[in-house]
Amino acid sequence: MAKYIVKRVLLAIVTLFVLASIVFVLVRLLPGDPFSNPKMTPEIRANLEAYYGLDKPLPVQYVTYMKNVFRGDLGYSMKYEGRTVNRIISESFPFSADLGIRALCFAFFFGIILGIIAALNRGKKLDFLCILIAIIGTSIPDFIMGSLLQYFFGIKWQLLPVAQYTSFRHTILPSIAVGFYTLASVSRLMRSSMLEVVTSDYTKTARAKGLSEFRVTFKHQIRNAITPIITIMGPTVAAVLTGTFVIEALFAIPGMGKYYVDSINMADYTLVLGMTIFYGAFLVIAILIVDILYGIIDPRIRLSGKKA
Amino acid sequence: MENLLEVKNLTFSFHTYGGVVKAVRDVSFEVRPGEILGIVGESGCGKSVTSSCIMRLNPEPPGFFEGGEILYKGNDVLKMDKKALRNIRGTEIGFIFQDPMTSLNPTMRIGKQIEEVFVGKKNMSAAEKKQKALEILKLVGISDGERRYKQYPHELSGGMKQRVMIAIALVGSPSIVIADEPTTSLDVTIEAQILDLLKNLQKTLGTSIILITHDLGVIAKLCDRVLVMYGGKVVERGTVDEIFYETAHPYTKGLMQSIARLDTAKGEKLKPIEGTPPDLFSPPVGCPFAARCEYCMDVCIDTPPETYTLSEEHKTCCWLQHEFAPDTDIKKTVIKKGEVE
Repeated sequence: MAKYIVKRVLLAIVTLFVLASIVFVLVRLLPGDPFSNPKMTPEIRANLEAYYGLDKPLPVQYVTYMKNVFRGDLGYSMKYEGRTVNRIISESFPFSADLGIRALCFAFFFGIILGIIAALNRGKKLDFLCILIAIIGTSIPDFIMGSLLQYFFGIKWQLLPVAQYTSFRHTILPSIAVGFYTLASVSRLMRSSMLEVVTSDYTKTARAKGLSEFRVTFKHQIRNAITPIITIMGPTVAAVLTGTFVIEALFAIPGMGKYYVDSINMADYTLVLGMTIFYGAFLVIAILIVDILYGIIDPRIRLSGKKA
Repeated sequence: MENLLEVKNLTFSFHTYGGVVKAVRDVSFEVRPGEILGIVGESGCGKSVTSSCIMRLNPEPPGFFEGGEILYKGNDVLKMDKKALRNIRGTEIGFIFQDPMTSLNPTMRIGKQIEEVFVGKKNMSAAEKKQKALEILKLVGISDGERRYKQYPHELSGGMKQRVMIAIALVGSPSIVIADEPTTSLDVTIEAQILDLLKNLQKTLGTSIILITHDLGVIAKLCDRVLVMYGGKVVERGTVDEIFYETAHPYTKGLMQSIARLDTAKGEKLKPIEGTPPDLFSPPVGCPFAARCEYCMDVCIDTPPETYTLSEEHKTCCWLQHEFAPDTDIKKTVIKKGEVE
């Protein structure tokens, strides 16, 4: 297992290096540059470029940047004056992460429960209700879901605050808006996976042992049905954490999404690169954790991990 | 001796999109203490459904009982509530499934899966349970029980898994074990080992076994009495010797002819039973086997055959035993004729 993890970590570092290199080139291929402003005189421009090192040849810039990245320094933002990329991330990420984690907990917890209920009541009313929720979740985009939630819970019924992110009550609506799509897909996956397990031979064995239905479901079925859910967890974690931008804007949450999109619009080279590397690292770590989790839940994978 | 289990006129069907399938039709039999009862028949003849009915393991719905009773030690299984049923499952009747590869929970340790039989039934400490599990593992011929106890199913071979399944079936010291084609998915050498194991366990523990199989060789090796099933019905029953040497139903005869024997002459071809099993959506009115029977008479097609008793144990449902039927190699001396079961 240790060997496997080391291998995966090394692979992750290579992945990030390649990612950073590609984005480094791509971002410079964008039309315009950070200082293409008609008001700027050529002198100021030259000064700024010299200050940020943009006057040097590209390979030199690349080597300098990479050296800094390996030391953990993502450089200065070219648009937000006097602020380092590290600082922007460390200030905004906690909000995005908090929202993402809440949304994920909400989505996975209720998605799994809904899927189980649907599968155990296959073909009955409860099943159709769960399918209905799943269809609504997958077909309504998150920004519309967010606006609807704001309108009904915030304005019409005055139950929850419409915007900002200061107390638990403030976190409920955005979490639902972000997590609803994931909830829907998790519940559908869980339902089909449960249906497979419900008719499996070992479920029959468990019944033949004289176990209660409760025990059959909780000890035998759920654990076996949940493995596909864990597989989608890695990409989902990344998708939810990066996909919060619209919701962050909608609910006025000072998260990372806003900076990310702005940085691209303004061709803020260092911020784009820094954010990409940060998200990339995040995604790679999330997938790594999920792979390890997978092994814990399913012993068959643990074994092949040992051999690898 | 009193019968452990009595199945009377059991009829079990399934609702499907195509209509109602009558999987088991009017089946009666009994299981006596300490015997091995074989149920033989081709795929889809209702033998597995019959055995699952005894522990109510068929999904209900879509399955449902149309009639009959299943008396275990005098109590009707069909009238039991969930709790009573649970107490029978595992501790009174054990079940060995067909495919050990898929019948064990892949995410649970072997030991746990064996011990689970006691959950909610007996007040036992963890140590006592473990003790029991290790004992039973030894009994089914698994050496190094301590290590196996902690392993997962994927770490065991097919034969080992089936031994574990047998351990699960036996750990609650049941009085009947139902083995549903226990060796079908194993290779031949392992099959022989598992059959020997079953036979020995049956002798030492005195458990009755209901052995479901499509393999007459297995029947000959293990069983005391045999039911031959066809199209959801029992067509012939008797002791093993009677079934093999006094064959009194054309279907049983067909089964015998379709397997290779040591005394089959070189170059002689095996004789398959022509045709396909009856459509159980609309079972034939007369004898279910009529359409494929080489002896088929007019009466067979539209009138269900009566049951003819040939000896104390030997009974058959075939018009060929009727006094007016032509003389064939199937016709035997009937001691009691024409009763309707």
